[in-house]
Amino acid sequence: MDANGLLTIVVFCALVLALTPLLGRYMTAVFDGQVKGLGWLERPIYRLCGTSADEEQHWSRYALSLLAFSAVGMLLLYALQRLQGGLPWNPAGLAAVAPDLAFNTAASFVTNTNWQSYGGETTLSYLTQMAGMTVQNFVSAATGIAVAIALIRGFARHSARTVGNFTVDVTRAVLYLLLPLCVVGALALVALGVPQNLSAYTSVTTLEGAQQLIAQGPVASQMMIKHLGTNGGGFFNVNAAHPFENPSALTNLIHMVAIFAIGAGLTNTFGRMVGSQRQGWMILTAMTILFGLSLAVALGAEVQGHPLLAAHGIDQLASPWQSGGFLEGKEVRFGVVTSVLFSIVTTAASCGAVIAMHDSLLPLAGMMPLLNMMLGEVIIGGVGAGLYGMMLFVLLAVFIAGLMVGRTPEYLGKKIEGRDMTLALLAILAFPLCIFGLGSIAMVWGQGAIQDAGPHGLSELVYAYVSATANNGSAFAGFSANTLLHNILLGLAMLAGRFMVIIPLLAIAGAMAARKTIPPSAGTFPTDGGLFVVLLIMVVLVIGGLTFFPLLALGPLAEHLTLAAGTLF
Amino acid sequence: MWSVMRAAGGLVLVMTMMTGVAYPLTVTGVAQAVFPWQAGGSLLERDGVPVGSALIGQAFSQPGYFHGRPSLAGTGYDAASSGASNLAPSSAALMAAIDQRAAALRQENPEAPHDVPVDLVTASASGLDPHISPAAALWQVNRVARARGASPEAVRALVMAHVEGRALGFLGEPVVNVLRLNQALDQMQPR
Repeated sequence: MDANGLLTIVVFCALVLALTPLLGRYMTAVFDGQVKGLGWLERPIYRLCGTSADEEQHWSRYALSLLAFSAVGMLLLYALQRLQGGLPWNPAGLAAVAPDLAFNTAASFVTNTNWQSYGGETTLSYLTQMAGMTVQNFVSAATGIAVAIALIRGFARHSARTVGNFTVDVTRAVLYLLLPLCVVGALALVALGVPQNLSAYTSVTTLEGAQQLIAQGPVASQMMIKHLGTNGGGFFNVNAAHPFENPSALTNLIHMVAIFAIGAGLTNTFGRMVGSQRQGWMILTAMTILFGLSLAVALGAEVQGHPLLAAHGIDQLASPWQSGGFLEGKEVRFGVVTSVLFSIVTTAASCGAVIAMHDSLLPLAGMMPLLNMMLGEVIIGGVGAGLYGMMLFVLLAVFIAGLMVGRTPEYLGKKIEGRDMTLALLAILAFPLCIFGLGSIAMVWGQGAIQDAGPHGLSELVYAYVSATANNGSAFAGFSANTLLHNILLGLAMLAGRFMVIIPLLAIAGAMAARKTIPPSAGTFPTDGGLFVVLLIMVVLVIGGLTFFPLLALGPLAEHLTLAAGTLF
Repeated sequence: MWSVMRAAGGLVLVMTMMTGVAYPLTVTGVAQAVFPWQAGGSLLERDGVPVGSALIGQAFSQPGYFHGRPSLAGTGYDAASSGASNLAPSSAALMAAIDQRAAALRQENPEAPHDVPVDLVTASASGLDPHISPAAALWQVNRVARARGASPEAVRALVMAHVEGRALGFLGEPVVNVLRLNQALDQMQPR
């Protein structure tokens, strides 16, 4: 890797770190109700929903509101897909989506996964893309943020009965945070080349006289929220690798920063709301170290190129005239370094957009996105989901530290009790349950979807089920997931991976809010120092690593070793 | 329960109007007014007729044009059906395809060096990659010059003039836009 690649990584990290305290402060103000500029718009919304800005909810009510909102959204999205043939804004004349695919897609977008069993330009009308996909891109992200905020309130409050108001939190997340950033960002993307129109696909006669039909649409508006909300569902089949979604390295930088911005900012919001920004920075430090490790392994593997190509008379050496490396499934404008960086960013966060086909990454480089998702996407993570997912590991780390010194574990002045740990483990268990449980069923009856032979075939299937459970949405896309069995199993994995984590976490939030805050004592394990960061990283790696290591050994690691020995499948 | 459902239904309705209708329409309106060319897909024209998009690759097979990368979008550069091979690095089928492409390229470019630049034998992620590396363009110069009856030096100079550097000097990779280069070629030396 040359200096340009290194500089890209440094500049990217610096931009995210610079935005963290700014967004952190702003979001704190928004969710404390101190930002009121759009009050005139907020009030009628709350009236329509039968609530008000001052009304607070018990955690169970908050959870119920969340489930009802997701259910209604999912039904609407399903209906839109089934009926699009007879609805307006369908210039390409696309027909109704099949029931199992419509279920899978509805589950996918409501859970902020944006797994795509379909190809956008050949399946969905402009109306479905805008009123269906784009809406869920906003509100599933807002839902994730709301859960994170409710959990933070749980730690910040004491002897309280309530954790906030779901309707108000979602409305504020959209009005004050997501919409303004998206309008500005989308226009910047258009300026840099991303199309934004409602015209029919354009037919042109090429220089050689052939006909080319160019699919377009309202791309920029969906791109911005897709990344800012860590949704990841592409307008086009190949997602952000499509030159209309991502025409240049500059738009790509905007995409990457957007993916991390809110997730990183929320760690700062957390610190501010619990009264110690340092607590937030410690969590971000742990995340950053894990990110760096992951990126280093993936880059180290990919920049070496394909071990067999040189012998076949292919020039893949880096030079001033080419990025070099193994470019199958990569775009020339991004080359190797940017492609790998994006693959780590998109799976560290729960985004799932891709600019290179992960299926064709070299084995160890393809393993790191998989591992990032297996760890629970707690490296920045999905908007909201990353922070609340990391909180599970924080509780676990504090609990283990408490066991080691023989004292009742406590975090931020709250005693951690048996019931909290039961709930936290329930949420953590959602991952192995779906990946091993549903994945095993798929392995027995769904092998037909696998494209590649050898160890890589296993990686393809495992990646699908890990991605769905982790609500990521990226794929080893050679896997033909658009079958009845996989559409249903993956749909269930997405729903379980989302709500089996959210509900226990809201219960924890409620319990914490109700608890008294106790002052730190000499026996309190400090959670704002380096020792805690190390412990947290170890817990994340041990839980994720040990649970899923056998899959990595049989998939990407086996492929790496056999490929190095010259074996093809 | 009724109040929860009412809140859910109301919120879905409001959000659909705001984020699903108002937001994309507002962005479309402003984008069309301020950046009409980009918003319309960055179309390139010849004599007032669109010949393609500056951002979307198109198929070139004649020896007098520079060729883009292998494409798996539809049957090749189908801009309404983007796609990639998604083949594993350990795939025998992929290695066979690479060998076949390399052999065909060497046959079409007898003057070029034996080692083929990697982007010319690997399919892009989108199937619509509008670019090739400068190395891949330079590798084809002799063939294009011969087919057009132009001097290799002039064609090489045209390639060099079409090398687009990294964004801000360090982002991404240097590229050559194949459609723009071929348009310039047609202007320099009509066939």
